[in-house]
Amino acid sequence: MQEHDMSWVRTEMMLAQPAPAGVTGLGAWVRKNLIASTGDTIMTIIGIALVAMTLPQIINWAFINAVWTGPNRTVCATVAQGGIQPDGWSGACWAFVNAKFGQFMFGTYPIEERWRPILVGILLVVLMVPMLMPSVPRKGLNALLLIVGLPVVSFFLLVGGVFGLEHVETARWGGLLVTLSLSFVAIVVSLPLGIVLALGRRSKMPVVKMLCVIFIEAVRGIPLITVLFMASVMLPLFLPPGVTFDKYLRALIGVSLFAAAYMAEVVRGGLQAIPKGQYEGADSLGLGYWQKMYFIVMPQALKLVIPGIVNTFIGMFKDTSLVTIISMFDLLGIVKQNFADANWASAQTAKSGLIFAAFVFWLFCFGMSRYSMYTERRLDTGHKR
Amino acid sequence: MGKRIRVCLKNREKGLWVMKHIAIGILGAATLGLMASAASATTLDTVKAKGFIQCGVSTGLAGFSAPDDKGDWQGIDADFCRAVAAAVFGDGTKVKFTPLSAKERFTALQSGEVDILSRNTTWTINRDTALGLNFVGVTYYDGQGFMINAKKLPGVNSALQLSGAAVCVQSGTTTELNLADYFKANKMEYNPVVFEKLEEVNAAYDAGRCDVYTTDQSGLYGIRLTLASPADHVVLPEIISKEPLGPAVRQGDDQWYHIVKWTYFALLQAEELGITKANVDEMKNSPSPEIKRVLGQEADTKIGTDLGVSNDWVVNIVKAVGNYGELFDRNVGSGSPLKIARGINALWTKGGLQYAPPIR
Repeated sequence: MQEHDMSWVRTEMMLAQPAPAGVTGLGAWVRKNLIASTGDTIMTIIGIALVAMTLPQIINWAFINAVWTGPNRTVCATVAQGGIQPDGWSGACWAFVNAKFGQFMFGTYPIEERWRPILVGILLVVLMVPMLMPSVPRKGLNALLLIVGLPVVSFFLLVGGVFGLEHVETARWGGLLVTLSLSFVAIVVSLPLGIVLALGRRSKMPVVKMLCVIFIEAVRGIPLITVLFMASVMLPLFLPPGVTFDKYLRALIGVSLFAAAYMAEVVRGGLQAIPKGQYEGADSLGLGYWQKMYFIVMPQALKLVIPGIVNTFIGMFKDTSLVTIISMFDLLGIVKQNFADANWASAQTAKSGLIFAAFVFWLFCFGMSRYSMYTERRLDTGHKR
Repeated sequence: MGKRIRVCLKNREKGLWVMKHIAIGILGAATLGLMASAASATTLDTVKAKGFIQCGVSTGLAGFSAPDDKGDWQGIDADFCRAVAAAVFGDGTKVKFTPLSAKERFTALQSGEVDILSRNTTWTINRDTALGLNFVGVTYYDGQGFMINAKKLPGVNSALQLSGAAVCVQSGTTTELNLADYFKANKMEYNPVVFEKLEEVNAAYDAGRCDVYTTDQSGLYGIRLTLASPADHVVLPEIISKEPLGPAVRQGDDQWYHIVKWTYFALLQAEELGITKANVDEMKNSPSPEIKRVLGQEADTKIGTDLGVSNDWVVNIVKAVGNYGELFDRNVGSGSPLKIARGINALWTKGGLQYAPPIR
């Protein structure tokens, strides 16, 4: 046997080498992402030009030239405008937001009683954070406290009139307090109610099915603004004088039912995505209707429609601004209401106030959106592409 | 077959008849209930029983009703409700404010949700009759005015010189119609620049898209504060429409109507007699019989009790909010950022329209 000459074959493995310089580092990233083709290069140049044109001005306006504290409009107005700033000055009037911050958060809730909404806020955070972290145990108890305990405790704390707490009418609530409490209740009520309505709509019992279809289609067919307006303007005329039906409660019921109808359709979308085999499999195991739904169908359906559910939540959160139409002042409403304060009227006030409101809304909506993406990833069992 | 159908129809008719009568019964009961509760308690009694006055204000109008830094309502309209509270309770703080949109305001008053509507509302015959309101007087004589950019239109000091100007105006308002009437009547041309929303009109005017801005004159002063260079803008003297703004109450309760109406007159009378927040206690000992009478210092006076309030009601009103002049200056006049001149809102003794019948 003639021995083959194997000298050109390595006898031991080569150590892992770093990637060639051409495909790593900043240079390669730029080449790949910014100037890969003529089109990309043009887009990059336009993008950089846009940022360079706007960003310095925005930073200048929002931070460098901004006024953070002050007693009234003079700090936010130039000399020509009757203020103290040099002519040509333009900066954000955060002093306005600062002076009105309490109102933006709590409306006209009595100042000495504001510890109550603050306490509710703390309770919400304390219960919400462990609920959102999958690793924390005792989810059942936590959910019960959050969904049942918190609203009950908050109701007594915020409304008062018991345990020596001063009664505070809901007419004095406002700002973020209204936005958050309305949307929290709408979210907590709408998901279970929506699931029930979705199941009802797919039910084989004609009466149940018809009722659910009528409710969903009726509510979806009317704008929320109409529901709120009717509840506020028409309802008092039908009630005997002296009987007032709390405006906040009217809004709460309106918004919750509204959210439930939309939620029902989102959940129904999930139910329709579950193959027939899953239902048949559950039947063959001898599960009853509710067992089948609870153990087999709902866990799969809800997981599929997380984006839709969160979409509805975010929409609801923002729709609470519509309560301004019935003279209830949510965050946006109270910010706009304060534009009428002549002590703060200046060319910068409206811009600053609206940007503040937009920022707060964005914080909450972005938070919800990120958490939903995290949940989707965590629950993504077997559908990954 | 035919008989069965007839029986069915008959039954159906009977059913309808029953339903109709039930409906009538319910409506009747409801009406009776309404009448009974309306007759059983006067507004003054209900107000005294609950311990405060529910006051309907606007959702925010500079100088008339707007929240301050603490969230308390300030402005002419808000202070007027405080004055009524001072007359009724001797304490101007016993007011709760309900912000109302323009669409809600009359319903809120009719349904009893508020006791006074003090919400920069124009007094018209239709509102006094068809809507069932009683306006108590005019706390602010407003009217449509013009603001111009003096840099773009130098030398203009009268609306009659505005021929050919571009005028910013909110669409679908009486303002728009008044504008057309005024220019037509004076045989002048103009280019309307029309927007749906007030914010848009403000922005367009500030950006220089038009030379003239027209809306209620009191509003023009508030808008001027938000412009980039307020000093360049001048409010012209002409008023082209009548907008008498005042508080209103429900019809059918003369006592309450009188209390609110005479609170307004007391504010004017106090200014006319020189009674101010600062000197009201000294004025009680004034030698003038008229001042003594107004302040309820005459022996066995019945002016206050006849009205349904205490005899020192005027003292309480002035202590709570000052006289009309003080109230005006503080909220819209020289003491406020708006700096609106008294103009026709001056007392009749100073060439204005504010006039109170005698308190005696």
